[in-house]
Amino acid sequence: MLTEEKILFLEKKANDIRKSIIEMLVEAGSGHTAGPLGMADIFTLFYFHILKHDPQNPTWPERDHFVLSNGHICPVFYATMAHAGYFPIEELKTLRKFGTRLQGHPHREYLPFIETSSGPLGAGLSQAVGMALAEKINLEVEPPLGGSTSKFVYCFMSDGELDEGNSWEGIMLAGKIKLNNLIAIVDRNNIQIDGFTENIMPLEPLADKWRAFNWHVIEVAGHNFQALNEAIEEAQAIYEKPTVIIAHTIPGKGVPEFEKDYHWHGKPPNKEEAKMALERLRTLDGKIKSEHQ
Amino acid sequence: MLNPNLKLNTKIFNNDLEQVPIRKGFGQGLLKAGEENENVVALCADLTESTQMHFFAEKFPKRFIEIGVAEQNLVTVASGMAAVGKIPFCSSYAMFSPGRNWEQIRTTIAYNDRPVKIVGSHAGISVGPDGGTHQMLEDIALMRVLPNIDVISPCDAIEAKKATIALAKTGKPAYLRLAREKTPIITTEETPFEIGKAQTYWMPSIGLAQVGIIVTGGLTYRAILAAQELEKENIKVKVVNLSSIKPIDAEAIINLAKETKGIVTVEEHQIACGMGSAVAEVLAQNYPTPIEFIGVKNKFGQSGTPDELVEHYGMGKNSIKQAVKKILARK
Repeated sequence: MLTEEKILFLEKKANDIRKSIIEMLVEAGSGHTAGPLGMADIFTLFYFHILKHDPQNPTWPERDHFVLSNGHICPVFYATMAHAGYFPIEELKTLRKFGTRLQGHPHREYLPFIETSSGPLGAGLSQAVGMALAEKINLEVEPPLGGSTSKFVYCFMSDGELDEGNSWEGIMLAGKIKLNNLIAIVDRNNIQIDGFTENIMPLEPLADKWRAFNWHVIEVAGHNFQALNEAIEEAQAIYEKPTVIIAHTIPGKGVPEFEKDYHWHGKPPNKEEAKMALERLRTLDGKIKSEHQ
Repeated sequence: MLNPNLKLNTKIFNNDLEQVPIRKGFGQGLLKAGEENENVVALCADLTESTQMHFFAEKFPKRFIEIGVAEQNLVTVASGMAAVGKIPFCSSYAMFSPGRNWEQIRTTIAYNDRPVKIVGSHAGISVGPDGGTHQMLEDIALMRVLPNIDVISPCDAIEAKKATIALAKTGKPAYLRLAREKTPIITTEETPFEIGKAQTYWMPSIGLAQVGIIVTGGLTYRAILAAQELEKENIKVKVVNLSSIKPIDAEAIINLAKETKGIVTVEEHQIACGMGSAVAEVLAQNYPTPIEFIGVKNKFGQSGTPDELVEHYGMGKNSIKQAVKKILARK
């Protein structure tokens, strides 16, 4: 249960991260807008409440493993890590530029403390399955029935990448071997590059599909911190299966002009649009509304 | 003569020469690697006995993962396990891994630089009766083009065993190419194997060689038979086993080119982008030399016995001899 104070803290942090996303995208001149804004709340909750991690010691052996499967939403990944203290916020402006650690899609040769490189879709969940499996092998004794593992593997993935066969291969294996230390979060924002998911390649009934593959399924409102937190606590307590949290998010969340419009999947705002977006975010903040007016 | 320094199998020209599938050596090597290091794990895509992983699976059931017929998952799960400190060997037929899952290997293993060992069994034309769909002739190309990955193609079961044990210790991604058929045992337990080193298996009894034969994989035996017959015709050759295609022993290749009039490369693979191409890249840049390429010439295979197919596609002993003579006839 999150306190009111914690929720206010998370809301403010998510808003700061959204501002950083807009600032870095306009500076980069290319990149994805809708997904990063839509996932800002979930990233914030993870890096400021859920994850067992240490930004000063990123390879801490006791950390949870975090896999970003849909690497194209990396602006929110980078912005959240910067705000959490992994590297200076200033560095965000190097996104996609020559010599940057913040590659257009995450690459662990440049940013060694991320768990994997990603970009090509559909491969992240299987890697998370491998990590969860390796951690299980490392446990000398299985935790007692009803108990749980102390370390979790979290995989963030998009709904669009469920078009990929590799995703379902990973889903099938995790169900077979009952990886209760694996929690997948699907960004169910209903859009992909060419349009709405249900027009491009229908995914529904999505929850039923995961259930049929022997996963525990939780559907949750993706911008409600309290509900998200409860969903994750429930997922952590499930012993006999892996869990997927289907988080219903709004692509472009926070900037009404960008929301629910698939055209914002793969392009950055121009300077005017960025100015407008930052004003919107500041308005929601309710504090420095007049700065650009 | 056989290089006396390498302790090769002295029964190599006998009729009762022992023949063992190269993949079997992998199975034994994997078991040994698993005994030596508890971080070694094995993953298979519904071909456990075929790829000889059953020795490991029986001894270490907790460290063996049956993935099912899902080669994309095979390598991506392996990548995730490597991220947590495991040394995964993942096996299937070469046609399916790396044939089907190349991008996953590129992104999650090579690009990530994770020490996953991709084991492609049943490579080459000698898979035989299964036909062209299962005869992987493009895997050396697919793997040697990727940064970070070592590519090893052993000549017999004993070398496959040594290669497997060595690969478990490199901390790097690798591709291990294996064949299905029984293959003559050329080496012994004492024959040296080192990743990145070529070995001269056959050399003239006296004097320098006129032509250098560079061979990889199961055709090594045929190359040695060709060399023996050429010696009787007073043609002096060296046969170099290039089981380590990447990293490549450039020094040995250049020295062989300097000693001889030219090079013949021999592999059960498309001529395009294979081991011979790797040799040509070394020589074109360092010591331009005439080269004849023995391999499959821009064609797919078909059903037949391994011997029929090797002969039909021009990779047999006589083809190797002709290529050597062609080098000698070149200016």
